[in-house]
Amino acid sequence: MKEKLELVRKEALAALAEVSASDALEALRVKYLGKKGELTAVLKQMGKLSAEERPVIGQLANEVRAKLEAAIESRAQQLANEAMAARLLSETVDVTIPGETRKLGSQHPMYQVLDELKDIFIGMGFEVVEDREVELAAYNFDRLNEKEGHPAREWTDTFYFTEDSSILLRTQTSPMQIHVMERQKPPIRMVAPGRVYRKDEVDATHSPMFHQVEGMVIDKGITMADLKGTLSEVARQLYGEDTVTRFRPHHFPFTEPSCEMDIQCYKCHGAGCPTCKGEGWIELLGAGMVHPTVLEGCGIDPDVYSGWAFGFGLERLALAYFKISDLRLIFENDVRFLEQF
Amino acid sequence: MDLSRKWLNEFVDLSDVSDKEFNDEMTLSGSKVETISREGAEIKNVVVGRILEMVRHENSDHMWVCQIDVGQDEPLQVVTGAQNQKVGDLVPVALPGAVVAGGKHIEAGELRGVVSNGMCCSWQELGMTEHDWPYNPENGLFLLNNDPDLAAKGLRPGEDITEAIGYDDIVVEFEITPNRPDCLSVIGLAREASATFARPLALHVPVIKGSGGNIADLLDIEIEDGDLCPRYTARMVKNVKIAPSPLWLRERLRASGVRPINNIVDITNYVMLEYGQPMHAFDFSCVEGGKIIVRTAREGESIQTLDGNERELTTNMLCICDEHKPVCVAGVMGGANSEIVGDTAMVLFESANFNGVSVRRTASALGMRTDASSRYEKGLDVMNTLKAVERACELVELLGCGEVVDGVMDVIAKDKAETVIPLEPEKVNRLLGTELDAQIMRDILLSLGFTLEGDDIHVPSWREDVERSCDIAEEVARFYGYNNIPDTLMRGETTRGGYNDSQLFERSLGTSCRALGYDEIITYSFISPSYYDKIRLPEDSPLRNSLRILNPLGEDTSIMRTTILPSLMEVIARNNNYRNKSVRLYELGKIYIPRDDGLADEPKMLALGAYGDGADFFTFKGTVEEILRAARIGDVRFEACQDNPSYHPGRCAEVYSGEKLLGVFGQIHPLVASGYGVDAEVYAAELSFEALYASHGGKPEYQPLPKFPAVDRDIAVVCDKDITIARLTDCIKRGGGELLRSVKLFDIYTGSHIPEGKKSTAFSLRFRSNEKTLTDTESDEAVRKVLERLEEELGAVIR
Repeated sequence: MKEKLELVRKEALAALAEVSASDALEALRVKYLGKKGELTAVLKQMGKLSAEERPVIGQLANEVRAKLEAAIESRAQQLANEAMAARLLSETVDVTIPGETRKLGSQHPMYQVLDELKDIFIGMGFEVVEDREVELAAYNFDRLNEKEGHPAREWTDTFYFTEDSSILLRTQTSPMQIHVMERQKPPIRMVAPGRVYRKDEVDATHSPMFHQVEGMVIDKGITMADLKGTLSEVARQLYGEDTVTRFRPHHFPFTEPSCEMDIQCYKCHGAGCPTCKGEGWIELLGAGMVHPTVLEGCGIDPDVYSGWAFGFGLERLALAYFKISDLRLIFENDVRFLEQF
Repeated sequence: MDLSRKWLNEFVDLSDVSDKEFNDEMTLSGSKVETISREGAEIKNVVVGRILEMVRHENSDHMWVCQIDVGQDEPLQVVTGAQNQKVGDLVPVALPGAVVAGGKHIEAGELRGVVSNGMCCSWQELGMTEHDWPYNPENGLFLLNNDPDLAAKGLRPGEDITEAIGYDDIVVEFEITPNRPDCLSVIGLAREASATFARPLALHVPVIKGSGGNIADLLDIEIEDGDLCPRYTARMVKNVKIAPSPLWLRERLRASGVRPINNIVDITNYVMLEYGQPMHAFDFSCVEGGKIIVRTAREGESIQTLDGNERELTTNMLCICDEHKPVCVAGVMGGANSEIVGDTAMVLFESANFNGVSVRRTASALGMRTDASSRYEKGLDVMNTLKAVERACELVELLGCGEVVDGVMDVIAKDKAETVIPLEPEKVNRLLGTELDAQIMRDILLSLGFTLEGDDIHVPSWREDVERSCDIAEEVARFYGYNNIPDTLMRGETTRGGYNDSQLFERSLGTSCRALGYDEIITYSFISPSYYDKIRLPEDSPLRNSLRILNPLGEDTSIMRTTILPSLMEVIARNNNYRNKSVRLYELGKIYIPRDDGLADEPKMLALGAYGDGADFFTFKGTVEEILRAARIGDVRFEACQDNPSYHPGRCAEVYSGEKLLGVFGQIHPLVASGYGVDAEVYAAELSFEALYASHGGKPEYQPLPKFPAVDRDIAVVCDKDITIARLTDCIKRGGGELLRSVKLFDIYTGSHIPEGKKSTAFSLRFRSNEKTLTDTESDEAVRKVLERLEEELGAVIR
């Protein structure tokens, strides 16, 4: 018996080594360990053994069974691993083949910059305002302190719809100051972007239609110090924390005192380079304290309320931001241009 | 405004202030410096030389070999082809390594075998003109000793040429804002500089000796309209001797960008630059009747101006006239008929104040903006006319170019009241956010020429821009320093801020378009009226009623668009022209619908456009559907639209949400596309932003997920060809009742096995109950009902 068990074990292990497929392995398991298998056949003869031999052989038989089962299990795992490895190999792809994409559309570069600006102001409690582009001269000029005879009112500079020069295409976003003051009571914090129109022939830096962004704050106790602090903060958010600003006196009919804000050149940090045309500073926007005459014209008492306003051209900012060399590209809408952004 | 720093130093001594500091400080106090440059900066290593010896070149019959003293131990040998020099003359010599005008480098070399260690120069080679050097009119070497003022200077050989001839001034170009015409003058800028650097301002009061006579016996002045000419001041000079101006005066003019002409004309320009008051000199012998009449031109009058052009005058142009004719376009340019010429013996100096707007319009209409008109147009100080004419007469005596007739004609047609503003330090501080002492404010105002009587500020006549307290605040801020005002963030009531709902919706629409692969475009709001023809708009279409710009740049930008389609088509055509194979474009732009009050309704439109890369009706419709789905617009339906002339009559649809029309889309009519030069199928959509916004859904509400499985069944039915999928779907839905959850078309077939005039359509139906799992029998029954309904209503039978 003992020899027989040893033989079964030896034969089975030898056969196992030859097995290379999982179905053959199953057949082998049945052959040795199945109900009609060889080990079972040997065990069936246990009854013929003496009482002394039986536990010894029984133990041996169990050992052989356990050993074979473990060997088959291990072989099965090994075969499974091999099969998986073969499959993975056969499924290998060239990862450098381009992916199948669906291109996202691009937002126009001008409006990307505008969105960034709006978000900055919204973060400071400003609301976004829009209004009409076909405008009354009263809103575009008179109520902004640009009286009859102001050069900007000439027909050589402004597009008109009526012979009496009373209806025009707005030349600035500033009339939105008036609209907002008419509609709303202070406190007011608004930013108003939009299309504006001036009679300029198209070239690399001019276009008869372009965009401005206007902003205004009206409240009790608003000071020029607030103007400086807020606009400097905007510049830092736009150009980085270490941005240095300076304010220069300037002139606008609808603000007094008026100023322009420069930022120190982000390229040369003030040393002077081609980006800042050697000046060390780049002009960013015009601003000032809302003129009391403008406030009075909107029924706001300048002895109680004060405010500041600013405005700038979006195109110039966006062109510099993306290093776009020619304004015409902005309105040409060539997809090879648009898809760069 | 170009300012000479040498000239400025006469009024306020800033000779120790560096250019950089001058630039920065002036800019920060409000006089913005554009550029700052030294005259003759590019001229290097050119010196004064004295010709010691000249001999003929051994190999040339026109060249000279000169030995020149250039202040070195040995004379320099220079070969020249010039003929106007003689031994003893002083000439500019470019030494080896020199740079002359135009950046030209000069090195030692040989000319026909003879060594030449440099070059003798003409004034052209120094970058100058015959106007700068009237005593050296000819081509040839610049003979320094020909100029009496240079000769008198006693130039030394070896001296740097730019310093020797006074070509070394610092020229500062200012950008002067239109509210400060007083700063278009040396004195005006000197006043600003004096306040900026806290240095004293030394003004000068002209002194005239006079020569007897009385101007009132010679001249009469009449002003017809005091609004157009508030003041006209005149003086006269007799026994005039026209000659070049002295060097110092020519230097000043040149540094200021003004060409020297002759002593009398130069004096008028000098005074204009110094005082900011334009002046004119008439040859009095040409002023008929001894009378100056300031009036607008009569119908049909014309004048030849000093630039030689004949000018037609219109009746709103102000002119200076004698008894019979205009002799000057007021404030713009003089007439050739009274020009100062070589034999002028008697001169009339005009120093007048004209209406700025009138001068600007006249100059603009005549297309001649001059130094004078660009000053006048901003509105000048009425009080300045007398000071200026006195200064001119003083210069006449200084230059010895005539005898000043006693007396002044000064006609004031319109007076101007002085402005007085109370000093309110607390108000100024409140506006600026500062805590400045009243004394600081007083000092600043005094330094600018304001006077104070108690707390009353008397505004000087040249500061018409200062009218109320905020203007005083600006003066204080400018000289306290804008950058010394603290930076604060606003206090006060918190404001809500942010986007409103419509703005948020607009942003989300843009996001959808881009997610679907569409690029954003920006197009002009104005178009050409002919664009309506290009999109085949009928002659009587109400959309042709557009706002028309009366003074457009050109036809192409002359009317405000009432439809966004032509703008989109222009961009599509351009891209097609550039051979871009496909485009997907969108714009959210306004259209402008005229209103009775002359203004416009300005609704926004969402325009979409596509061609190439598989663009067809259904991919395009899919884009529209997806945009509507993302906007949660419900109850969407599409109706064929055969009568929109811009679109293909068989491939155009109107899209509705319920009864609300959202817009139109489809294939652009092939005739329209070919009109734009595009062969490809072009698709476009014009959707109303307002309608989309009005129809969009709010935030979604969660629907419980199904608990029971669905049953999918496919059906195929044959029906008349012209029954639309929308009708079939609608019929299926009603037949399917509550259990039917979705209907999806998956095939349309015509051809063999299908009778003529019929089509086969196949749908996937999904059934599900909320109460239980459907049995086969229940599902079959549901399908049967659907088929029954299809046959009953539409004659569609199962295939």
